Amino acid sequence: MEKSIVICTICPIGCSMEVIEDRSSDSGYLVKGNSCNRGIDYAIAEVTNPTRILTSTVRLNNAGLRRLPVRTDKPVPKNLMLACMKVINSVEVDTPIEIGTVIIENILSTGANVIASRTV
Amino acid sequence: MYECDIAVIGGGPAGLAAAIEAKKHGAGKVLLIDRDIELGGILQQCVHNGFGLHIFREELTGTEYAERFIKELKDLGIEYKLDTMVLSITQEKVISMVNKTEGIVNIRARAVILAMGCRERTRGALNIPGTRPSGIFTAGTAQRFINKEGYMVGRNVVILGSGDIGMIMARRLTLEGARVRVVAEALPYPGGLVRNVVQCLNDFDIPLLLNHTIVDIKGKDRIEGVIIAEVDENRKPIDGRARYYECDTLLLSVGLIPENELSKGIGVKLDPVTGGPVVNESMETTVKGIFACGNVVHVHDIVDYVTEESRKAGRSAALFVNEKGGEWGTPISTRPGNGIRYIVPHLIREDKVGHSVDLFMRVDKIFTDKKLVVKSGDTVIRVIKKAYMRPGEMERISIAADSLKAADNLPLTVDVE
Repeated sequence: MEKSIVICTICPIGCSMEVIEDRSSDSGYLVKGNSCNRGIDYAIAEVTNPTRILTSTVRLNNAGLRRLPVRTDKPVPKNLMLACMKVINSVEVDTPIEIGTVIIENILSTGANVIASRTV
Repeated sequence: MYECDIAVIGGGPAGLAAAIEAKKHGAGKVLLIDRDIELGGILQQCVHNGFGLHIFREELTGTEYAERFIKELKDLGIEYKLDTMVLSITQEKVISMVNKTEGIVNIRARAVILAMGCRERTRGALNIPGTRPSGIFTAGTAQRFINKEGYMVGRNVVILGSGDIGMIMARRLTLEGARVRVVAEALPYPGGLVRNVVQCLNDFDIPLLLNHTIVDIKGKDRIEGVIIAEVDENRKPIDGRARYYECDTLLLSVGLIPENELSKGIGVKLDPVTGGPVVNESMETTVKGIFACGNVVHVHDIVDYVTEESRKAGRSAALFVNEKGGEWGTPISTRPGNGIRYIVPHLIREDKVGHSVDLFMRVDKIFTDKKLVVKSGDTVIRVIKKAYMRPGEMERISIAADSLKAADNLPLTVDVE
């Protein structure tokens, strides 16, 4: 039986929860150690498909500022973050850039675009 | 002399929100002054997300958060000066400043809002022994180098202190290809938010050593390593429990100090615990017409709380210049009791409260299953049950105006019981 420990980030308490595979439950998992129900969904998502918004910068030409801040417009799988960084670091852009402009479309086929997070 | 109604010192989140709110509440000429070459303050180097959950109900990056307020400021036609350093402010509200194009300029304001924010604590403030090589940065300086100026600060990194900026930089450096060997924290619990422990350290398998600190720095020109020792409950290093870590870079994330040189110059009273001005319920300091808000008053956990507090300062300053601020009278003072480090505001004028007043405070250690008890003399005004409290999270208690009326002008105390 697969078991993992997940620390909840929903609220400041930060419950340490145990997630155990359980075929008999609807979700397929049994969650222990949560102080509230919100922890259950979080814990299961962290075990089945953990995702994160990835934020970084890309090289910016012809401006006083040397880096343009960017982020994914949707969460990407956690295990693809470093692979996404390789793609992000291969990109250079020129000013002017409007906030929200798509810098990289559908990064690594995740369905997420990398967008500018400021105007330069 | 050039004159304005309200001068706002600092163009970070506090200054932006205060200037916008003052203008919206009928202040005539509002002038914002900042020493950087652009508005937004530290938000402009915060490329990570998690800003604005309370106010916008979305998770913005720091840069996106700043841009919303900068746009609003410009749309309202609020004047601002950049690359301008304020040198002094007098009690008569004459502001002396200097910049490259105008030289030294004096401006007379009818009200001033102090929004200078914080500086980071440095190695000097901690007295870490050892040599003095290059490669030692405060976390925020490293953040500026990497995120704005495009310089990588190092490849093999140790971080001292588990404040939010330190943990966020641990992730940022890892994403950019550096190896973050360890984050050492002298206290038995992390300084920053749980979310950052999980998403910045655990996600990348970066070890967090609690009850550990740096006792020596090695290296001649560039830092070559540090010695990290376990500490006892009094934060004293334990003999024989030390280990050498090779590194080429050390980041310090060991706290923020409100930047109050200008406030001292004016003569406003400072709270020795927060390091910021003593303020009343309207965010006015002990000098009439001088207001303060944001991290210059006390260090906030999240920017939305800075924005809320600064909006209050902006509204109060607008009322003041429109001569609706009213006299000081005899305010009720607030007093931190058992388990509480400080309370903001320090003074409450009952007739200026409106429906209710919020008290902001920090506990001095971790508490589980306790109560926050607000008393006036011996009379209990409010009791709030708390399953969990820690110094890293600001506590907030709302006090109804009615219960203040019943309070009979005695100081308000808050205790953990």
